Amino acid sequence: MTTETGKSRLIEDMKMHSGQDPNGCYQCGKCSAACPVSAALDLKPHQVLRYLQMGLENELAESKTPWVCASCFTCAARCPRDIDLARVMEGLRLSILRNRGGNKFGPAELTPEQLEKLPQQALVSGFRKYNK
Amino acid sequence: MRYRYFPGCTLKGQAKSMEDTTLAAAKAMGIELEELSEWQCCGAVYPLYEDELISLLSPVRTLAAAEGEPLVSLCAACHHVLKRAQELMQRNEDARKKVTDHLEVEYAGEGRVLHFLEVLRDDLGFDKLKEMVKKPLEGKKVAAYYGCLLLRPSKVMQFDDPENPTIMEDMIRALGAEVVKSPYRTECCGAYLSVTEEGVAADTVQRILDSARRAGAEILVTACPLCRYNLENCADNEGKTPIKVYYFSEILAEAMGLPSESAQDRGTKEEVPQG
Repeated sequence: MTTETGKSRLIEDMKMHSGQDPNGCYQCGKCSAACPVSAALDLKPHQVLRYLQMGLENELAESKTPWVCASCFTCAARCPRDIDLARVMEGLRLSILRNRGGNKFGPAELTPEQLEKLPQQALVSGFRKYNK
Repeated sequence: MRYRYFPGCTLKGQAKSMEDTTLAAAKAMGIELEELSEWQCCGAVYPLYEDELISLLSPVRTLAAAEGEPLVSLCAACHHVLKRAQELMQRNEDARKKVTDHLEVEYAGEGRVLHFLEVLRDDLGFDKLKEMVKKPLEGKKVAAYYGCLLLRPSKVMQFDDPENPTIMEDMIRALGAEVVKSPYRTECCGAYLSVTEEGVAADTVQRILDSARRAGAEILVTACPLCRYNLENCADNEGKTPIKVYYFSEILAEAMGLPSESAQDRGTKEEVPQG
C-alpha cells in the first residue's frame, strides 16, 4: 500500500505516529544484543531499522518480529542514537493492524486453561498489543 | 504519611496477596493508603503510538482523581502506565487538551506518582524501615527481580539507575536478609508473550531463574504480577534447586511480623499473629 507520492503507507504512518526516524540508525547492533527475545526474531531489531531505511514494506509487514517484541524498552535504553525502537515496533504493529485490518489475537483463541490461570494484567496487555 | 492508592485490576484478583501484605505493612508503619473510589483498570500497557489517546483516558482519569495528592500504586505495570501518562500530560499540550476535554476533568500533570517502594525509600527511609522490622529475615538469600516496567524508560520513570538499580536490594537488606545479586535482574520476563508466544517466555524466564540460582538465591522478589506469573509458570525447574518467587510486600510483611505467604512457606505460621 502506498501514499500519493509513492512512499510506503506503513512506513510513513509508523514514522508519523512513533516520532522516530530510522535513518538515524548506524547499525551498531546494540539493540539486537540487548533484546531478550532476539533468538526468536526473524528480523533482529537493528535489521528492522535497516529495512525501514530501505523501504522494504512487505518484508516488514510479514515479519514476526513486531509481534514477538514484548515492549521491554531495553533496546531504547541502550541505543546510542536515541532511537526509541520500542515505539518503532509499536508503530509497525499499529500501522499493520490499521492499514491491513484484522486483529492478531483475540479472546476466542485463548484456551480454557489460559483463561483460568493467566493474570488479568496479561490478558489486558495482550489484547491491547494485538487488537484494534 | 497519607497517600491516595490505586490498586489496579490484578491486585483484586490473582495478586491479592500483594495488596493484602502491603496494606497490612503500611498500617503497621503508619503509612495511610486511601483507595481511590470507582477506579478503573489503568490499561496495563502504555500506548507508545502518540495518537492512541483513547488508551490514555483511563490512566488520566485516575491521575485526576488523586486531586493533586501523592498517588501510590503497587503493580509495576500500573505505576508505569500512570507515570508515563502523567509525563505525556505535562509534555504534550494537544494530547492533554483532547484527553481532559473528553473526560471533562481538569488535569495538567500535577501530583507525585509513586510506587510503594519509592515511598519506603524516599518518604519513610530504609533506615527507619530497618528499625521497624520485628522479625529480621536472617539467613535468607533473597534476590531482587526488577524486570522492565519500573526502570525503563529511565528519563520518565526516574525510579532508579536503569542498569544498576539498588532500591529493592536496599529494602531486602533493611529487612535483615542476605542480598543476592543476579545479572538477569533487569531483564524482561517475556511479559504478555506468555499469552501468545509461550515458548519465547519460557526461554526468557529460564535464563532469569537459572541466573538467580547460580548466584545462590533461594527467594526472588518482584513488584509485578505478570513477572511473578511467568516466573512461576513458564520455566522447567525439574531437578533444579527450588527457588520461591514472592511479591516484595510479602517479605516486607513477614519481616514486620505480619501474615504472608512467605512466612507460611517457612512454617512460621503458628508464630504469626492471626488477623
